[in-house]
Amino acid sequence: MTSAGTPRAFKRDGRVVVVGASLAGLRAAEALRAEGFTGSLTMIGDELGEPYDRPPLSKQVLTGWVRAGGTTLPRRRGLDAEWLLGVPAGGLDLATKHVRLADGRCVPFDRVLIATGVRARPWSVESEAALDGVFVVRTREHAESLRRALAAGPSRVLIIGAGFTGCEIASACRERGLPVTVAELAAAPLTGALGAVIGDVAADLQRTHGVDLRCGVEVTRLEGDARGRFRRAHFGDGGTVDADVAVVALGSIRNTEWLRGSGLAAGVWGVACDTGCRALDVSGRATEDVFAAGDVARCPHPLYEDRLISLEHWANAVEQAEVAAHNMVSAEADRRPCLSIPVFWSIQFGVNIKSVGVPTFADEVVVTQGSVDDHRFVAAYGCRGRVTAAVSFDSAKWLHHYRRLIETAAPFPPRCPMPDQPADARPVPVGLPGPGLLAQGATAVVTGRTRVSAASGPCTGTGGRRAG
Amino acid sequence: MRVVVDLSRCEGYAQCAFLAPEAFRMHGEEALMYDPGPDDTQRGPVLRAAAACPVQAILVDRLEERDAPVEASAP
Amino acid sequence: MTTARTHGTLRRIFDYSARADPYPLYAELRQNPVAVHEDAGYVVSTYHEITDLLHDPRLSSDVRNLSRPMPALEEGVTTAFIKKDPPEHDRLRRMAMRHFGPPHTPGLVAGMEGDLTSTVNSLIDDFAGKERIDVVDDFACRLPVTVTCHLLGVPREDERRFHRWVNDIMNSVDYDPETDPKERLDKGVQARKDLRRHLGGLVEQRHGRPGDGLLARLANDDGPDGRMTDAEIAATAKLLLIAGHETIVNLIANGMLTLLRHPQVLRRLRHQPDLVVPLVEELLRYEPPVHIVPWRAAYSDITVADTVIPKGSQIMLMLASGNRDPNRFHDPDRFDPDRRDNQHLGFGSGIHSCFGAALARRETQIALTELVRRLDRPRLVADPPPYRPSPVLRGPVHLDVEQGGD
Repeated sequence: MTSAGTPRAFKRDGRVVVVGASLAGLRAAEALRAEGFTGSLTMIGDELGEPYDRPPLSKQVLTGWVRAGGTTLPRRRGLDAEWLLGVPAGGLDLATKHVRLADGRCVPFDRVLIATGVRARPWSVESEAALDGVFVVRTREHAESLRRALAAGPSRVLIIGAGFTGCEIASACRERGLPVTVAELAAAPLTGALGAVIGDVAADLQRTHGVDLRCGVEVTRLEGDARGRFRRAHFGDGGTVDADVAVVALGSIRNTEWLRGSGLAAGVWGVACDTGCRALDVSGRATEDVFAAGDVARCPHPLYEDRLISLEHWANAVEQAEVAAHNMVSAEADRRPCLSIPVFWSIQFGVNIKSVGVPTFADEVVVTQGSVDDHRFVAAYGCRGRVTAAVSFDSAKWLHHYRRLIETAAPFPPRCPMPDQPADARPVPVGLPGPGLLAQGATAVVTGRTRVSAASGPCTGTGGRRAG
Repeated sequence: MRVVVDLSRCEGYAQCAFLAPEAFRMHGEEALMYDPGPDDTQRGPVLRAAAACPVQAILVDRLEERDAPVEASAP
Repeated sequence: MTTARTHGTLRRIFDYSARADPYPLYAELRQNPVAVHEDAGYVVSTYHEITDLLHDPRLSSDVRNLSRPMPALEEGVTTAFIKKDPPEHDRLRRMAMRHFGPPHTPGLVAGMEGDLTSTVNSLIDDFAGKERIDVVDDFACRLPVTVTCHLLGVPREDERRFHRWVNDIMNSVDYDPETDPKERLDKGVQARKDLRRHLGGLVEQRHGRPGDGLLARLANDDGPDGRMTDAEIAATAKLLLIAGHETIVNLIANGMLTLLRHPQVLRRLRHQPDLVVPLVEELLRYEPPVHIVPWRAAYSDITVADTVIPKGSQIMLMLASGNRDPNRFHDPDRFDPDRRDNQHLGFGSGIHSCFGAALARRETQIALTELVRRLDRPRLVADPPPYRPSPVLRGPVHLDVEQGGD
């Protein structure tokens, strides 16, 4: 029982604090009001300004079509909320039920939603990261700075990391006609998210569009000139690339540091939850009044052996926000789980890449429809003989079918003949990187089982990144 | 105006790009890019695009102007 | 097996007495999402199952994949993409789309607004003073052929002939050997031949002469997929003329009929022209022009709602029934232009979804707006109006409306 008494009383005049004022936080707040919550609603966000959408930041903002400040999210209703913006949360005290802000203010709550998301992983050497011309892309300020640098017409752009964000930025640069080098530690782009087989297609896509793609290389040092401007990158194999702009696209870090000592099962992989988005405490028990949603949450999924999965997916943030909001104002019996199949997309080099399911939860992959050479195809992923995911390149209209295959745990490889099936369709090992190559851009990370402690590490999978 | 497209729903039917080509553009055959803050003169076409979306993925601001600004308090 | 082996399903669908109001029959059909009909074909009538099938790569649009192929009207004729599977379907559709819509020709349909408005208004001018008009013959039938001819770049002086051919073809689609004179079928067959030959001639003339219009663009295209053959161009143009005709005629006629049956909505539309946008979407759900995808072929065994549909089977998709499925739509039998959650099947779904949907939407939006604006107190003469025989492309054959008077 919460301090606000019955669910009805809580719905009427409870106090909800949403920590994180981005997509998940906003959608949760809207959903709370739509559910009839009339109590006090406080939104805490570390960035100033209204919640905005991030996917355009690595795409149409960088090409110059859309202003970085022009991606404010539409609202479906008035929120009647108090907004505490421009200051991050600094701590969570579950005993006294307060969120502590970094500036020392305390905000009391009856129920709290953790939606603090992720931030861009910076270049590991601080002095090199501080060089003029070295960028990351996560916020609109980041995107605006990079856009300006690209508009100035750099001699070359170096992108470090070929996960989705890195690939999208490379695509935007090529659209601007800029010379681009992409450096990736794995054998191909997108390998951490989709495996080496599909990664090879992504590599072909990049090279077709004139990207100087270097795979299997590690960037070891960023070198600046006397005026502190980035000039050259050094690779582990002794090679170098001269460029004026370096974009560090090495994934993201989940914003969980503020939860240290809170007693929640929160760590580098996010805040562990049950399927109803209730946060777990360090002994693995679901808490009553703490919920989590979006990139920072890691929820178990029954289709994936109830493993905890961290998703940096737009649709996941929306769904978890709605489920969390519903469960916050509902009695135990009316609560609902978050069970939809993950969906992800990326737009790069004029191709729409989409996935359903969890491609990192797979051992084999087979191209089922279309032509890899034409960059138009669907590939199904399987794990121990059942379909667990599918990826499409410019073939999204078919994914609905594969979602059904995943939902019904259909046998892998799918055995039914269909038109446009490649003649040589044979399942091959999916080629996900081993733990040694983690942090290479999976957007769906399978990290463990429900019984976890805050200190527990990953079983499989990797740190991810994703603007959208 | 404010617009967001749930691209996880989008299957590339391109109705939006037909009906409001200033605000919605196809990149290649299937990939949609759009202006999340189109000019108010685009309101008619954008609403036509949103209504026509076969997967109902386009959300347009439903707030009246007076409700729009954030009730923000910066520190 | 939960499949209902309903005797007479097909006969009941085709029975003309159900034409004016087929919805009670659809409700009955939905009791069994998948029904086997007497010819061992399958009838699918529920929203989710139809949607699943329209996205199922094992569902073929190529007649050769039926174990019992249907008799073809014209042997050895190049078929358009509507009757093909990937990759051929995709390639031809992409080539046609290059000159019709995004990404290569994004502004075409939006740019037709002025032309559409003036075409619509000149048709209305013709009957402005008349007390009784037939919305089908005096208006709806005359609009789409004109619009498509402009789009194709057909010379103005040919338009009259195109109207006649399309009309003869449409009349033959419904041909019933038991009741109709054989002449009706023969006229349709002849019209198909004439239309194809004439289009072929137009395409031939356009080689090496780039210009406006889809025919000229297709004839001189040098896109990444190459160029269509002349026969493919003619087949595509024929598809746009035929498919674009009956659908829009029905949509406009069904739209006027529905508005006249909902006078409060008609009044709202007159004062609030923007309402036409959600209204046309609701129309596409509530009274869609295409009720049935009459056949698809199971390329391999497909399981739908616990029923195994064997390879080679003919599958009939009841789109208009899916649109009224209470498991998908709240209060589905209510015409509600303010409906929010309206993911209807009016234009189908998946890779074969209507090629001309955006143009159809604008044509209908503008047509209904202008009709409602300019007709003076329109009143339905007969309710229900007489319908065409076809249960597939369903719509009134005439829609007599009185206006003016006192």
